[in-house]
Amino acid sequence: MTAAAGGRRGDSDVEVTLCPGGPMLLRGASHVVGEDGARHEVQRSVVAVCRCGSSARAPWCDGTHKLLA
Amino acid sequence: MKLPRARGPVSTAVFERILQARDVLAGPLRVELASGDPIEDDDLQVTLWALYELHYRSFEDVDEGWEWAPELLAVREQLEAPFERALREEVRPQVAAVVGAPGDLADRLFALTDSFEGPSLAEHIQRHATREQVQEFLLHRSVYQLKEADPHTWVIPRLEPDIKARLVELQFDEYGGGRPARVHQALYARALIEAGLDASYGAYVDDVPAITLALSNATSLFGLHRRLRAAALGHLGAVEATSSIPCRRFAAGIRRTGFSDPVAFFFDEHVEADAVHEQLALRGICAELVKATPGLEADVVFGATACLTLEARFAARLLEAWDNEEHVVPPPRQEAQVPA
Ligand code: FES
Ligand SMILES: [Fe+2]
Ligand SMILES: [Fe+2]
Repeated sequence: MTAAAGGRRGDSDVEVTLCPGGPMLLRGASHVVGEDGARHEVQRSVVAVCRCGSSARAPWCDGTHKLLA
Repeated sequence: MKLPRARGPVSTAVFERILQARDVLAGPLRVELASGDPIEDDDLQVTLWALYELHYRSFEDVDEGWEWAPELLAVREQLEAPFERALREEVRPQVAAVVGAPGDLADRLFALTDSFEGPSLAEHIQRHATREQVQEFLLHRSVYQLKEADPHTWVIPRLEPDIKARLVELQFDEYGGGRPARVHQALYARALIEAGLDASYGAYVDDVPAITLALSNATSLFGLHRRLRAAALGHLGAVEATSSIPCRRFAAGIRRTGFSDPVAFFFDEHVEADAVHEQLALRGICAELVKATPGLEADVVFGATACLTLEARFAARLLEAWDNEEHVVPPPRQEAQVPA
């Protein structure tokens, strides 16, 4: 997948955490640009971005990755 | 909220005492517990619920001075001991299978929550439930959901700074990220109102059975004892890790039966929020806590399995009644609303 994250106070403040077998957590991002090119505003202090490609709420993780095993 | 109705000798004795003005000289309160399963004991669970509630929003007809009365704490301890013992006993094999097993603790906890046996309330609500069953589900849940997150918040001051920061980050989201209308408790109240139910705090406590109260009491038990802080965090992890996918199903069932979007919104929000929270709770909080203090692993797993086993019992109870076309608690009668 391609996701671009925009930083709230400069990109250096964005922290990315990769969860094994699951999503990517973003802290400090202001928005995510999804595969469709649409801009999705970040609404909470940490967001989980889908990495498995199966979320029904892309670009956000909706837990579906757990059903893929 | 008023003090609930007494359901037996223990609650009668305790409620009689706290309906009076606080009297520091009142002396000990002697109660005798019934034998039998504490988890299903109405008298025990309602007394515990009320004693815990003194620390949350309390009751308009109870003197606030009772909160730390030693004779009430003594009764509370007398009720908590068999409740905790029963919970530990119930999950002993599952805890033993997870504690000390190879692999990352977060992975083991995810595997546990994914595979824990129990009937699926979410699947039933999604596909088969009637409007009345959806309402009944919502009213049982209100007992805990209107104080959602509060019991886990007690744990914050008991943690080291790094884990504390992670827990606060998660709880901040539960409390709406600074937006009062987005506090999860408030979203739940909104869902109740839109579903034609009473959203006032504690409204259904008198109606629900012991198992529904036990779901709430277990979190308070873990949250209010420093000794059980790891169990509280394990419980939190299990709640979060069994939420996203079920909440999607609940939301679908709520819409299928013709309820409005605001009823479903609480569940919509949890699909997304808890996909974040489960990672924070299991990886960032539970696993890190145990890395720093390995001796806490068994209690993390205990808290998680206790949550799962109570949820499974609760689900079984509702589904059994619904299978027989009955209700555990009949929802209030109302005009049938035809879906648009
Ligand atoms: S990573 Fe969770 S749904 Fe894709
Ligand atoms: Fe929540
Ligand atoms: Fe959550």
